[in-house]
Amino acid sequence: MGLSNPASENRADEVTTVSSMSPNWVTTRLDFLTNWARANSLWPMPFGTACCAIEYMATAASRFDIARFGMERQSFSPRQADVLICAGRLPFKLAPVIRRIWDQMPQPKWSISMGACASSGGIFDNYSMVQGIDTIIPVDIYVPGCPPRPEGLLYGILLLHKKIKGESITDDLLREEQLVGPSGLFLPPDRVDELSEPFGNSVHQTRSA
Amino acid sequence: MSSPSFSISSLRAEFGSAIERHLVSCGDTIVYLARERAHDILAWLKETPGQQFNYLTDITAVEYRDPERPLEVVYQLRSLNRRVDLRAKIALNKWEPMEVRSVWDLWRGADWLEREAYDMFGIVFIGHPDLRRILMWETYAEGFPLRKEFPLRGHFSRAEQTRQALAANPEAHYSMEELSIAEAYDELPADMRERLARGERGFLK
Repeated sequence: MGLSNPASENRADEVTTVSSMSPNWVTTRLDFLTNWARANSLWPMPFGTACCAIEYMATAASRFDIARFGMERQSFSPRQADVLICAGRLPFKLAPVIRRIWDQMPQPKWSISMGACASSGGIFDNYSMVQGIDTIIPVDIYVPGCPPRPEGLLYGILLLHKKIKGESITDDLLREEQLVGPSGLFLPPDRVDELSEPFGNSVHQTRSA
Repeated sequence: MSSPSFSISSLRAEFGSAIERHLVSCGDTIVYLARERAHDILAWLKETPGQQFNYLTDITAVEYRDPERPLEVVYQLRSLNRRVDLRAKIALNKWEPMEVRSVWDLWRGADWLEREAYDMFGIVFIGHPDLRRILMWETYAEGFPLRKEFPLRGHFSRAEQTRQALAANPEAHYSMEELSIAEAYDELPADMRERLARGERGFLK
């Protein structure tokens, strides 16, 4: 027709994601309210596998008392949980279990990787151990330590509060399920290999052939 | 141990050359058994009134760094009423098949111990009612982790290990006694279905 706009033709291969809603006064006020409610009533799903779980129990007990931060109810059912706390090392045999628990949790949901082993495999750089649970499920907060003291976990929880308070209901991507894809993994395989690479002292581990 | 723990002479008199050698290490008596007679000797140790090794403490295996040295299957026995310990070993040369007779018919506690030795070292216990992996999952395909030729991080890449782990069905690892798996029956590996159908651990349907 000769009437097409050359500018729009040039931009045809660009992908622009437009939110279904743009932030305005109503949504930001609503965000404030929902985020305030969500952040202050997180129900944790404890997934304790090792010594970190002992520190988690101390955090939940009266001296440190995570009920002060709205975690009054320990949710031992994933269906009624908001935040998955993986406290301890995760062997490959438990990988499908934590993945299923994560898939069973309804949105909105977050996860905390507590301790060195959950975050990176820790000292267990061997045949049986997942090298960081972020190769299995998405992780929001990593708490360092071996094991972290209760103060460390509480700091992680407060960081999660901060993260939640920055979220917006107009951002659909936040609530998108990240499922295990057709490759059988939740991340691309080379990304899993990269995340699982040895670091620190285990780089010099030469006993492995 | 204060009292002399175990008299080797009666064992030697009964089985002769089937007792390959014996030694005392840190106060513990260790006897090496010929593989062909091992089950008879262990049965004799359990049943004979003067012996009465009625408690099987542990079964494990050892592989030494020296590749020439045979792999050993270790039986740690105890007589609860006589308060005597005995360690029996069977040496398995690497060029021979890794097979010994199961002692499950003597001590029922050997069930899981033999499964663990099979899982970690690949030793096949002939006559075991349900010999399958116990620590690693049923479909684990990388080999036997405690063998010396097994690399520390496994044979496969981390991505492949993760993929295989996520593909596993958590319900399929358990026997009837451990979990009701009637509803997961169709997803079980065929050989496991066959074993369960034999009725050693109760019938599915």
